[in-house]
Amino acid sequence: MTRTPDIASSRLSDAELVVNFSDAHPPLTKEQAVVEAERCFFCYDAPCTEACPTGIDIPKFIRAIATGNMKGSARTILESNILGGSCARVCPTEILCEEKCVHNAREEGHPIRIGALQRHATDWQMDHGGQPFTRAPETGRRIAIVGAGPAGLACAHRLAMHGHDVMLIDAHAQPGGLNEYGVAAYKLADDFAQREVDFLMKIGGISFEGNRKLGQDFSLTELRRDYDAVFLSMGLAGVRAMGIEGEALDGVQDAVTFIEALRSRDKKAVPVGRQVVVIGGGNTAVDAAVQARRLGADDVTLVYRRGHEQMSATSSEREWAQTNGVTVRLWSSPSRMVTEDGVLAGVEFSRGKATADGRATYDPKDTFIVPADMVLKAVGQLFVTDPISGESILVENGRIVVDRSYRTTMEGVYAGGDCTVGEDLTVAAVRDGRDAAEAMHLALSTPDQSETSGQ
Amino acid sequence: MADLRSNFVGIKSPNPFWLASAPPTDKEYNVRRAFEAGWGGVVWKTLGEDPPVVNVSSRYGSLNYNGTRMIGLNNIELISDRPLATNIAEIKDVKRDYPDRAVVVSLMVPCEEESWKAILPIVEDTGADGIELNFGCPHGMSERNMGAAVGQVPEYVEMVTRWCKQNTRMPVIVKLTPNITNILMPAHAALRGGADAVSLINTIQSVIGVDLDRMVPMPVVGGKGTHGGYCGPAVKPIALRMIGDIARDPELCGIPISGIGGISTWRDAAEFLAMGSSTLQVCTAAMHYGFRIVDDMIDGLSAWMDEKGYATLEDVTGRAIPNFVPWNKLNLKFRTIANIDQEACVRCGLCYIACEDTSHQSISKSLVGNERRYEIIEEECVGCNLCAHVCPVDDCITMQPQPVDGELTWPEHPNNPNRVVAAVS
Repeated sequence: MTRTPDIASSRLSDAELVVNFSDAHPPLTKEQAVVEAERCFFCYDAPCTEACPTGIDIPKFIRAIATGNMKGSARTILESNILGGSCARVCPTEILCEEKCVHNAREEGHPIRIGALQRHATDWQMDHGGQPFTRAPETGRRIAIVGAGPAGLACAHRLAMHGHDVMLIDAHAQPGGLNEYGVAAYKLADDFAQREVDFLMKIGGISFEGNRKLGQDFSLTELRRDYDAVFLSMGLAGVRAMGIEGEALDGVQDAVTFIEALRSRDKKAVPVGRQVVVIGGGNTAVDAAVQARRLGADDVTLVYRRGHEQMSATSSEREWAQTNGVTVRLWSSPSRMVTEDGVLAGVEFSRGKATADGRATYDPKDTFIVPADMVLKAVGQLFVTDPISGESILVENGRIVVDRSYRTTMEGVYAGGDCTVGEDLTVAAVRDGRDAAEAMHLALSTPDQSETSGQ
Repeated sequence: MADLRSNFVGIKSPNPFWLASAPPTDKEYNVRRAFEAGWGGVVWKTLGEDPPVVNVSSRYGSLNYNGTRMIGLNNIELISDRPLATNIAEIKDVKRDYPDRAVVVSLMVPCEEESWKAILPIVEDTGADGIELNFGCPHGMSERNMGAAVGQVPEYVEMVTRWCKQNTRMPVIVKLTPNITNILMPAHAALRGGADAVSLINTIQSVIGVDLDRMVPMPVVGGKGTHGGYCGPAVKPIALRMIGDIARDPELCGIPISGIGGISTWRDAAEFLAMGSSTLQVCTAAMHYGFRIVDDMIDGLSAWMDEKGYATLEDVTGRAIPNFVPWNKLNLKFRTIANIDQEACVRCGLCYIACEDTSHQSISKSLVGNERRYEIIEEECVGCNLCAHVCPVDDCITMQPQPVDGELTWPEHPNNPNRVVAAVS
């Protein structure tokens, strides 16, 4: 019996695709926002604020919504986090601010909807107020930023605010990084990533150059020569390989490539299998699995090698996948791709369990096969060191090493976001970019450049 | 089952819940609906002389707080704007059909004896159970020397009350305005005039808010605003105080009180009874939710009375009055200290910041592991109750009374320069 891989585009109509890729969580109405804001206790020294990597004064912005001071609310968010709009949409709030909300102590699972309120306020600002910050007088200093994702954008905005000129360079055609290319479309619907970039750029003093790759189109040494400082925020350009038989077969694809195609092309033109297996346990795996379903796949199975406690996707992400008809299978490690007549037909997994010391063990004899005509790999992303390999930048454990002022080992070169050590979260990248900008600004404003590392 | 029947200066009703003289009792249609819903009585919206007054359009203003609507309501409506004959005919019909309910008629005519003499027999002819003299309307009518303009002058209160007592057999209830400095003055005047009872409080002069776009006080009538009468849940504390003042005054000889002022629930009702009221008049709560609210008022009050062992309303009326004393009679040796139930605490820090910023710095903040911990510094706590009030969790912060060593009031206190020296035995 011969099989042909059943991977095709246009499985659904335009109308179905519009519905499937529209805003997953519609915004609060004004009335809903006020009711929710008034539920907030306005805690002192609030745990939610402590849990936010960018340290947004959450009770303050929520109280401003309750009092109808929308401008003040948005400003409170944006002065800590200029990408507050996308963070409101993509942050795993259930493991950050909302997890710490004291309302959970009274009624588990009913924290204040901080993310939704943050979206309400930032949407208001973008709809009514425009750019709320003004630039300081121009300093004449020029700073290059490599990578126009959340870290790079936050850094650019803060530097521009301080009066510096910023050149933002990215390998992609558009700025936005993961927000533009790496997150499920329904999380940042209606072209939000680009609208947010436009909003942010209105501060002035930021130029963008796309389709330019570090180490290929220009070098770090050149940047160092032409600019007063450099910020590296290239994120993770590589994907981890599984190292199993059949990984190169047609139909086996990186989940990030699949997601990027969905974000940069007409959705109708993106091919998807009828039976899709997604391997991995992070947000990328969930985003790929759910979008495969929403693109028209009949069966999508997300398989993760360990238990849900170890998944980096949060429980609400996992539930989101399940309510979208994705089957989640845990404690299963991929052992090989299964073919029929040389064509991808499924993935074989070994069943596993946790040992007493918490490690995972798999039984190579206890296997099962999940049929698949498309396999999406989401087993982790890697920092690609090639573009900086010839430079004096220390890389350890696959990430750029920086000090507390975000300085790399190369003089005048700073780094932040996913290419450095730390949680790989949009909101953490924003903090890095913002704080690195402050560090650069301090260094550039200090006549004596001899200050030591650390603060 | 508690007996909620009321006999208020001879006016009988199956329960003490009356609708106050206001828009809900403006006409037969509403009053019939109220009686069908179970209200014990009504005070018909104030009748005046013909030609009737004219009311404005845009009449109410609301005070909303933190998501709760109408914690306070103000109105600029005047007395009934329908012809006297219409009201009189309707009152007669309603009273005939609901003989077991209390129908009291509120009156306001010019401060001349002839006017009162003229209207009283007309009202008496309806079969109404009594009259309530509207000496309280704080807007519009007061500018025509009626309503609060009378209520604010004790001599006028006494005089008009006397006219009424001399010209009708109906019981006379004098409705008092709170827009005075000492409620006892008009209450004494009413008693001197022969009043059978007083009712209070009428509405409080107020500006409910300002329209910041148009720069006009609300409610806005064609670009202008005026002061109105304030009522609703927010005025309850003012009413309780004034009622208590009257109830404990020895010279008022226990004059019956019909309590009014923000009564919205059975619990409010019980508090008004405890502070000396015998009947309870409600308006704003009915205007907010409709007449059906009386069900829970009756049910809740009855259940509470059963639980406490009070058989009749008389058992509750004035029950808190012996404990309502002037400040000088409070024991300065009494001490209470806050206690935080650490199990119930949600670590919001509201008690801490309230005490730290605005009270006595008697709550400490520390970290135990990753967990915040707030604790009372007992030596510093003055027992002000603020932390217990700001805590969002019921019964998390409780005030613990400490053992008391004797009694010492301000008149005997050593710090009092005018202290009463204890007699040497």
